[in-house]
Parts: sequence; structure tokens; C-alpha cells
Amino acid sequence: MITSVSKRRQRAGRLIRLLAALLPIVVLVGLGSGAVSLGPIQVLQALWGDGENQAIMIVQQIRLPRVLLAAIMGATLAMSGAAMQGLFRNPLADPSLIGVTAGASLGASLIIVMGGGLLQGFTGLTLISIGAFAGGMLAVLVVYRLANSGNGTSVATMLLAGIAITALAGAVGSLLEFFADNEHLRRISLWKMGGLDSASMPRLWLAVTVSGAVLVALPRYAAALNTLLLGESEARYLGIDVDRTKLALIGWVAVGVGTSVALVGTIAFVGLVIPHLIRLTIGPDHRYLLPASALAGAILLVVADTLSRVVLAPTELPVGIITALIGVPFFVSLLRQRHHYGMQT
Amino acid sequence: MTLLRVDAASAMPWGVPVLQDISLALDAGEITALIGPNGAGKSSLLRLIAGDFALSQGSINFDGQPLADWSRAQLATRLAFLPQLSLLNFPYTVEEVVLLGRTPHATGARVDREIALQALAATDTVTLRDRLYTQLSGGERQRVQLARVFAQIWEQHSHGGQLLLLDEPTAALDLAHQQQVAAAIAAIAGRGCAVLLVVHDVNLAAAVARRLVVLDHGRQVTTGSPAEVLTPTLFRELFHAEVLVQEHPHGGRPLVIGL
Repeated sequence: MITSVSKRRQRAGRLIRLLAALLPIVVLVGLGSGAVSLGPIQVLQALWGDGENQAIMIVQQIRLPRVLLAAIMGATLAMSGAAMQGLFRNPLADPSLIGVTAGASLGASLIIVMGGGLLQGFTGLTLISIGAFAGGMLAVLVVYRLANSGNGTSVATMLLAGIAITALAGAVGSLLEFFADNEHLRRISLWKMGGLDSASMPRLWLAVTVSGAVLVALPRYAAALNTLLLGESEARYLGIDVDRTKLALIGWVAVGVGTSVALVGTIAFVGLVIPHLIRLTIGPDHRYLLPASALAGAILLVVADTLSRVVLAPTELPVGIITALIGVPFFVSLLRQRHHYGMQT
Repeated sequence: MTLLRVDAASAMPWGVPVLQDISLALDAGEITALIGPNGAGKSSLLRLIAGDFALSQGSINFDGQPLADWSRAQLATRLAFLPQLSLLNFPYTVEEVVLLGRTPHATGARVDREIALQALAATDTVTLRDRLYTQLSGGERQRVQLARVFAQIWEQHSHGGQLLLLDEPTAALDLAHQQQVAAAIAAIAGRGCAVLLVVHDVNLAAAVARRLVVLDHGRQVTTGSPAEVLTPTLFRELFHAEVLVQEHPHGGRPLVIGL
């Protein structure tokens, strides 16, 4: 007997296979595109260490870390977004809701303004990343503590606390910018737009380790997230340890998004639009939604980064601008036809 | 066999006493109905038994063990609760919603879908199976949620009975579906499941339940068979309503007619 559950699952399987096949293709295109254009065969040769030295250098040293970093960060942001939308039972939730992005921005701004002479070259970049990560974690911690009472964590309070902390971090950030000089201002605003131009092998390894853990950990909560959509009490009646699940989800998302903001700045709309799009095609079952979102997020960010390098070459656009430019039209069209797929928000 | 024993239980989840000195015992296979005016503590009693908040006094034992000693995962295989309101607003299909009821069990996809289908049949929702939950009417949603909790405790547990808590399961249903759901609840009880349900329709309560528990202001007013409990005096004192209590032409249970 074929029912829609079987059909949805088949479609989900097909979508995941399709996305998994598409990802290496966009990665190849991304490796070939840029100021020096390379064909797929040249790229593959360069990856194996064959061909011209210049091509090998460009592909292995410059583009490979960048494209892979884009893929991993896109996957992390999209999967985190899917998990947050499930946890908040709101298809319009976004990983930045828990305050992590605003906190990270503030942390980075603080380091940029206060860092002074320490901020030259690679160490400076690392310092900014550390500041961003610490700021993000601190913000999430405050939000979580605010929402935590004797009766557990209230998701609604957390949403409001997230908004409050985001506003506070934004205000302090503006205050910093008000007193910052022109050089600092430009660095802050460039950092906020997000960019993958700082990609390097050490940064890639850091991303692989941390985000890899997040990408493995989050799908383990897929069944719990499915029951959470019914409501927190209902999930509890179905045997889910709701408080532990909430803590784990928030922790992993904070680490994942905190790392991504620290490494590549704020990248808009990946965490919001991708899970939404995937849910539209295969439904809200997180066992499929989470991996499919991760793959699609990786594809989107690799494509956006490739475009950011190609559109105005040799000038690079901040990738956050591209994701928003691709994301917003999608999102608006989704909002306009939301009733077609049974979404009521 | 006594499955659930509530002994002099009191609870004050928000600092105010919501339930005081409640005692009742549920046997496997028995249907008990909670009745009482709005705000009497009926839903709170169900939530207390489901473990939503802690006891301030007294004890609750499920299958001989204090409720607090049960792990969530263990309890979920034997205790299902259908709350009054559902928050679900994600576009699951009806069958997916019912399959969520199988989450606590590790019976495998094939068995789960078999049970989901039977639960759908018991609530007359098989034809809705492929529809999106968010596009259903209120009554249809209620039947789907009912099928979900049925699926959770569908098969008999190897170590003893199960308990089904239902908060106004028929509130949004038309007459035909009310009767069908009543029959489905009776069938589940017939397989050894204890059922505790809140209903506002006292005639429905008298028809499905062998025992009625009357609550008012968080206290237990009286407990007994429908014939013992449903008297004009009770309605006058508790609901401030004048009624006529007659013998039902079929089966002899009391029939309450509002005046």
C-alpha cells in the first residue's frame, strides 16, 4: 500500500541523493571559478597535484580551503536553522534568535576597536574570531539563563530574551562604532557583511572539527524534534527528556553558529530560507529535513561564494550580500504562497 | 489488578492549591470519567498523573511503583495522554502524526505502520491519512490526535496494563463520531487498558464509564457508579442547574435531561 508517508519518504530520499550529487559539482565549479578560470579537468588534475604549478597553487592553497569552508559553514547554518525552527515550533525562527549572532558581532567589534596594534595579519584575524566566538557563547548563556526557571526552560521567554540581548548587543555595538575611527569602522562593517576571503587550511580544519561535531550531533535529536512539534508536554508524554533535549540543541547550535560567525562573519538567510524550502518539498520530518537542509545549505553558500568572486571580478563582494540577494526573493515568494502547503504562521 | 493508585494527592504547581486530597484507584480494563464544573481541576488531575507537575502531598503509584521513579521513556510505553489543545502547526500528514505515537516503542517501521493504520481505523480517519494535519477541521484534528495516543498504547504491554488519559476527547466531535470514539475507547479498555477521561457530557460519561469521579474546586466531591453519582441534588449543588434524572430506556443507566 502506497501512502503519502511512503511517497514523502521516497521523495526525501531522492532529494537527499540529488543534493549529495549536486554538491561535488558546485564545489568543482567553485574551484574552477575566479580571477583565473579553470576547467573541471584542470581542477581535478590540480587537486591530484598534476598540471601547471600555478593552477595547483591556486586550487590547493587558495580555493580549496575557501570552497570547503563555505560548504561546511552553509551546512552548519542550515542544519542549525532547521533545528531551531523545530525547537521554537516556528518555521520563521532563525539560529540568530538565541542571541548568538548579535553577541558574536559585539565580541568581534570589541576586539577590532580595542585590539589596536595587535590586529595585524593572521593573529589579528584569529583574535577577532576568538572574540566573536566568546561573545556569541556569552550571549546564548545569558539568554538561556534568563529563560530558565524552576519549571524548566520556557521557549517563549527564550525568544523574548534573545530579542532583548540582540537589541542590547546591537546598542553597545553602535556605541562602539560611534566612538570608532574610520579604519575601525570599515573593518567592523566589512566583518559584519561576512566573507570567506580569510579562509585558510588551519581555519578549515577548525571548522571541520567543530562544525563536523555539530553536523553529527544534531541529527541524533531528529526524533525528539519531530515530537517537539506537537508541543513540549506532548513530547514529554512520548518519553522525550525535553529539558535535556533543549539544552543539547541550544548548546550545539550555539557552538555551530558561534564558530561560523567567528570564521566567516554573519551570513544572512541561509539558516532561515534553506530549512523552509526543504520542508516545503519533503515535509517537516527532521530525520530527512536535517541532512537535506545541511546539503542544500552547503550548496547555497558555495554557489553564493562563487558568485561573490565572479560577478565583479577581480573585486570580491561580501558573501552575506549575495545570500541575502538570493534568499530574500525566495523568502518573499514563500511568504506569499504559504497557505498552499499548509503552513499557518 | 490496580494499575494506578492515587493516594491523598495534593498539588500546588503555581503556589496555589489546585488539587487537594484526591484518592482514586484505576484497574486495568476499567473506564473512569472525571466530571465537574469548569476549573474544578479535572485537567490538572490528568496532568498530575501524566507527570507535568509534582505532588505536594500524598502519593501516586503506577503499577506498584511511585510515579516519580518511572523514567520518561519507560512510562511512555505504557501511559498515553491526550491534552485538550494541540499546538501542532507544521504540515505533517495525518499518518505521520499518528506514527509519532510510536516514538517510545522500538517495534520497527512495519509494525508501527500496521498499528497506525488500526488506530486510524478506530477513529475513522483512514480516509484522511494522506491529508495535511494543518488543513483539517477541528473535529478531524481531534480524531487524529486521538489516533496518535491510541497508537502509543495499542498493543498490550508484556509486563502489565496500560493507562490512557483523555482530556475531553469528544469535545469537537459530531454525534456519530462521539459514539464511534466511545466505542473505540471501550474496545481499548476491553484489551486491558485503564482509561481515565474528562467529559462534559454527563450522559456520555454514564454511557462509557463504569465509575464517575466528581471534582469541584480541586476537591473530590464524590465517587461511584453513574447511578449513584448522577442525582438532581448533585447538579443543583455543583453545577447550579436543574435537571431531571430518568432511567435510560436501554440498559437502565441514568439519563440526565436539562430543564
